[in-house]
Order: sequence, then structure tokens, then C-alpha cells
Amino acid sequence: MTATIDRAHAAARRGPVARAYRFELVKLVSQWRIRLLALACWIAPALFVAAVSRQSTLPVDTLFGRWMHATGWAGSLVMLGFAGTWALPLLMSLVAGDVFAAEDRLGTWRHLLVAVRSPRRIFAAKTLASLTVILLLVAGLAVSSAAGGILAVGNQPLVGLDGHLLAAPDAAGRVLLAWVCVLAPTLALAGIGLLGSVALVRSPMGLLLPVLLALALQLAQMLPLPVAVRLALPGYTFIAWTGLFTSPAQPGPLLIGIAVSVVWAATATALAYLLFLRRDFTNPAHDGPGRRAVTLGVLPLAALVAATVAVVAAAGATGPGIEQDKVQRSVATAFSHLYRLQTAQLNRPDVTEAQLAATAACNKGGGRLDARGPGNDWRCVVTWHLPGIEAAGTAVYQLDITPDGRFMADGDGPKEVNGYFLVRTPTGDAPNPLWQFDGNVALLPAAPKG
Amino acid sequence: MERILAVRARGITKCFGDVVALDGVDLDVAQGQIHGLVGPNGAGKTTLLGLLLGLAVADGGRLEILGTPVRRALDASGGVAGFVDGPGLYPSLTARQNLAALAALRDPGPRTGIDDALEQVGLADVADDRTHGFSLGMRQRLGLAAALLTRPRLLVLDEPSNGLDPTGKRHVHGVLARLAADGTSLVLSSHRMDDVEALCSEVTILATGRVVFSGPLSKLAAENRDLDYRVVTADPESARRVAADTAGLRVVDGVRDDTGVLVVRGQVAALDDLVVRLVHAGVAIREFAPVVSPLEAAFLALTEQEAGR
Repeated sequence: MTATIDRAHAAARRGPVARAYRFELVKLVSQWRIRLLALACWIAPALFVAAVSRQSTLPVDTLFGRWMHATGWAGSLVMLGFAGTWALPLLMSLVAGDVFAAEDRLGTWRHLLVAVRSPRRIFAAKTLASLTVILLLVAGLAVSSAAGGILAVGNQPLVGLDGHLLAAPDAAGRVLLAWVCVLAPTLALAGIGLLGSVALVRSPMGLLLPVLLALALQLAQMLPLPVAVRLALPGYTFIAWTGLFTSPAQPGPLLIGIAVSVVWAATATALAYLLFLRRDFTNPAHDGPGRRAVTLGVLPLAALVAATVAVVAAAGATGPGIEQDKVQRSVATAFSHLYRLQTAQLNRPDVTEAQLAATAACNKGGGRLDARGPGNDWRCVVTWHLPGIEAAGTAVYQLDITPDGRFMADGDGPKEVNGYFLVRTPTGDAPNPLWQFDGNVALLPAAPKG
Repeated sequence: MERILAVRARGITKCFGDVVALDGVDLDVAQGQIHGLVGPNGAGKTTLLGLLLGLAVADGGRLEILGTPVRRALDASGGVAGFVDGPGLYPSLTARQNLAALAALRDPGPRTGIDDALEQVGLADVADDRTHGFSLGMRQRLGLAAALLTRPRLLVLDEPSNGLDPTGKRHVHGVLARLAADGTSLVLSSHRMDDVEALCSEVTILATGRVVFSGPLSKLAAENRDLDYRVVTADPESARRVAADTAGLRVVDGVRDDTGVLVVRGQVAALDDLVVRLVHAGVAIREFAPVVSPLEAAFLALTEQEAGR
């Protein structure tokens, strides 16, 4: 018979999650890779925005890029677009995609388990620590890009995506809100990173999973998919934040995108948790759950996409979402706002949007095609009125509408209105706001009024 | 009086799929004892050490650690420390930071004992160096220091002498001996028989997941088994004659006569008799030592026997 040796001591000394979290944070922050990333995120965007804002050629292909000379806030939005495409998926791969696999690489799992004595606590600590680092990096991108823009160009009003002018404080608030909104898809990619890191162990695929998923989602958004599918994908918020820069704002797609992203983040993290708890750390042959990862990881996420598509479609989001009347409304609205901007540039008497009463008549493929869906063969004739002048003004625009609803309108009319990239102002030549402009078409049907 | 055991294992089995890693293993480790675990590669040593650390639970059998039955993974007492498959160190942290992080994990209070632990294992001079440049021996010593910080009552070490130079080995042996003297129980696995013989009072030999021997080292030598001994005397010819006349002993062929070294084979009683006879014959004995240590001889014999089944 064996005597009991001090049973009071025999109870395991279980420290709270906070201690394990601190331990994980210390490990992460001590890595040169993480330090370099933090440094890059807090410095590089400021330098990039400041440098580009001072160049004569602006990145007009990027949303808000054409306004980088006009206001410092545009630079932060250009950075946000770039971050959603490349930087954030890459950061998620390097932080969340490696947080579990690093222990396999270093051979420290058994040591960690003996020290912490709870896989649940280890999972929570690792997840929270990587989340902290991710928030630090995203905050760096946002603050640095905004600071670079403000310092290089100034705190001027921002021209919204429908041409209306946002006062500087309003622009600042919306820029901040846009960065906060993209945290949702960022966390979805982080959840995928955690899942890859747990499921694929030392395989490079685990590290690359967030980048590969982000790439696949971007490719999907470039395809002419039904709007229900588009909104059901977790990366849509990387596009939908643009809805904050219209008047009125387009919160529908943004809120759906955020909800989908949050569900993805929660589901992927929960799957990673389940896989982690099932791991046998004494098995020397363990090299990831293999096929089980497909069953436990991929299939639930595929089911989630299918369920989300069904829900969004049931809510009335069907078809491509790009319809003739929406395009016409969007072009006419943007034209009205920008016309007022041009009027102010030229020092002419102000007119209101109501006085202009601008309308657009748009067709696709020269009228031979059904006027719906994306394409670069949209053509719009904008008509407007000026007080005291009987004749209506007209201007033509060629539109390139992408499947996600964004468009670029290229002016093709009188040189004094939209036919040339410069306008002669009392203080010299200035960029013509009506020559080319960006806009977006609300993909969801407008909510019924009343 | 009840016998106090740090480890009590009965009929432990553990399988990984179709592979039986442990098959009905019994193990007793007394308080303050250094217990060696030896066996060929794949014998199940690391799996058994993993169970003692609580990294997994056995598929069958009963395991008590420090008097508490282990029912699920990581259920083992907080008084257990150690490492398997090498110590877990984070290369981006210094030696001191590794220990401080570990200490903070267990106790949020002030960091005490870190310098002492580093001093004990002979790493005080490199305390502020990042561990990515550490040799295997230094890593082993730092792993031991990490275990010391927790003031364990059961220390489980997998190949603690791997990669150690003579100085490092002396540090480690000294630390382990002091721990045992202070009442800490130690279970260590090693392929180095000299280490096991130098440190352990009891040993368990595993082969293909089964225990083929468990008990005091002295019992191994006393087992009914022939041993080869090297005999160096002042008069090799006389020694050879005496050895040939000793019952139960034979001179092993292939001895290099020009060196005066004689190798004889027999059981412990016959070897004792040879010493007496040589002394009576007036032959001065300069060296009388086993060619292969009793533990190694037993290890080879027992494991080969088990593998042959």
C-alpha cells in the first residue's frame, strides 16, 4: 500500500490564464520577426503615404488615391485598401499562422504543457496573445498612415465615394471606423491562421493558409458571382467599408460582411480549439491530424458558406446587384457633388444638387446588352441644369464597373466640364474632379422607405 | 510502516494505433531515490516518462504520482517537473528570460532562485545570452535549471547527460545527487550506462515496452550471469595458471599476452575466488575491473533475450 504524500501539495498549482497569456506575449514579442513587423507597421505606412502624397503622379487606380494631394485622410484609405488585399493576410499568416506551429518547430510542446498543465489555458493564452499582437499591428497601420497623410498634406476635407465633401473631423471619424470594421475580416483570417497552425502543424501550408484564403476570396470577388455569394464570403468587409464614404452611408453590406467575418472567426477558432484538445502530445509520430483536418476544418467552413449564402439570398440579395437604375442614380449623384466642387474651384456662383437636378442615362454594350452586371462597356450620358439657363448641359462617361460594385467613370465631354484632366482656376491649373471619378453601386436593394 | 513512493505504476499499457509502446509496466520509485530507466531505442522509455509527467494517460493499468492516482492528462501533481525529448527552450529569449518566464508562469511573485539555479548548473556566465546559440549540453543544463526552479518532489529527466562535457556532467551529477539527498525523487533515462551506474540506486530495464529487470544495481551483478573481467597483475603467466585452475572460470581467448592483460569470464563467486587465489599465490594485482559494466552486460543480455522472443 502506498502512502499519500502530502495531498495538499498534490493538487496541481494552476495559474490563471493571465500568466500564460503574459508568457505567450513575452515569447511573441521577443521574436525578431514580430519586432520587425511592428516596426514596419508603425513606420512604413507613414513614409509611404507621405512620399506618395508628394509625388506628381498619384495611384488613381486605387480608391481615394486620386485625392491624396487634397487631404491627408486619403492616404490612410489607400493604405486600408492595400492592407485588405496584401498586408493583413500576410500579417495573419506570420502571427496567427505560426503561433502553434512554432512550438512544434522548437520542440517545446511537452515543456509548455508540463509548465502550464492545461491545454485549454494554453489555447486561450496563445489566441489572446496573437490577438494582442494583431491589434497592435493593425493599429500601427491605421495610425501611421493617417499621421503620414496629415503631416504631409494636412487635415483637409475628404471627397467621399459619391463626390460629397466630408469635413475633416467627419473624415477622421469615418477613416477610424473603416479601420475598425476591417478588424472583423482580419480576425476571420486570424482564426483561419490558428486553425492552419493547429491542424497542419509543421507544414508550410499551415503558415500560408490565411494568405491563400485571402487570395481565393479576392479572386472570388473578381468573378461575376451573385451578390448573395459575394456577401457570404468573409473577406467582403475589405470592400464594403467603402459604404461609409457615401451619403447616405451604405451600412447593409458592411454589417452583413462584419457579421459573416465574426462568425468565421468564431467558427475557425472553435475548430482549432477542438483539434488542439484532441492532440496526443506523447505520440512521437504526431504530424497533424491529416485527413481529419479536412473533416473537422474544411467541411464545417464550407457548410458555413452554404448556410450564409442561403440566409443572404433569402433576405432578398439575388442576382449580380448591379442594375441600370442603381448605376444611373450613383453616377448622377456623384456628378452633382463633384460639379459643385468644380464650381467652387472655378470660383463660380454656388449651385445646389437640387438645382442641378442631374440625371444619368446609362446603357451597357451600346444598348445591345441587358443593362445589368459588371463590365467596362457601360456608357452614361449625364444631364444637368443651371439656374437661369434653359438649355441642359450634357456630359458622357465611360464606366468600368467591377463585380463588387466599384466603378471608375472616365469623362468624355466638353473640355471645360469633364473632357480634360485639368481645369483652369483663378489660381492656376488644378485637377479636374469631373474628368475621372470613382464611385460604387449599392449591391443590396434599397430599403423601402416609410 | 508504510513505504513512501513517489511513483507507483501497475500494469501500465499505452498504445499508439497498432503500436504497443508500453505493455504491463510496473514501476516503483521511492522518495529520495534516483531511478534509472534504460532500454534500447523504441523500448518505451520516453512514453513512460511522458506518462509520469502527465502528458497523457495510460490506456490501461494504474499510476500514482506522489500518492495521487492519475486519471487524466496533466492531472499529475504540481510537484512534478522535468523534460522528455530534450528541454523546451525558446531561442529568442536569454537563459535568464527563459527561466523568468517559466517562474512567472507558476508564481506571479518576485523572481527568486533564478540566479541560484543558473549557478547550480554552471550557466551563470551565460545567463544573459540568447539560447539559440547554446550547445546541446548547455540546453540540457538550462532545462535542468528550469526544473529546479519549481522545487519538484519528482523530477523526470530524459537523457539529461546528452551532449555534456566533463565539467557539465559534473555539475549535473552534483545537482541530481543533492536533490536526491534533499528528498526529491528522480527518474532519468539514459543510454549512458556509466551515468546510470554513477547516479542511480535502482534501475528498470525496458525492452519492447516490457520491464525485463527492475531493482537495485547490485542485484544485476548478483544475477546468475557470466561477467568478463580484466585482470592486470605483476606476473601474467602465474595469473593465467591460477585463473585456469579456478573452478567456474575460464580464460577468454584472444588475450594480448604481450600487454600482460588477462580477460577471464565467470560468475561473481568464481571471480571472488580468483582474487583470493591470486593473493595466496603471491601475485600482485594491479587492476581487476569488468570489461563491460554489470549494468551494460545485463542490459545487452536482457534486451537481446527479449528481442529474440
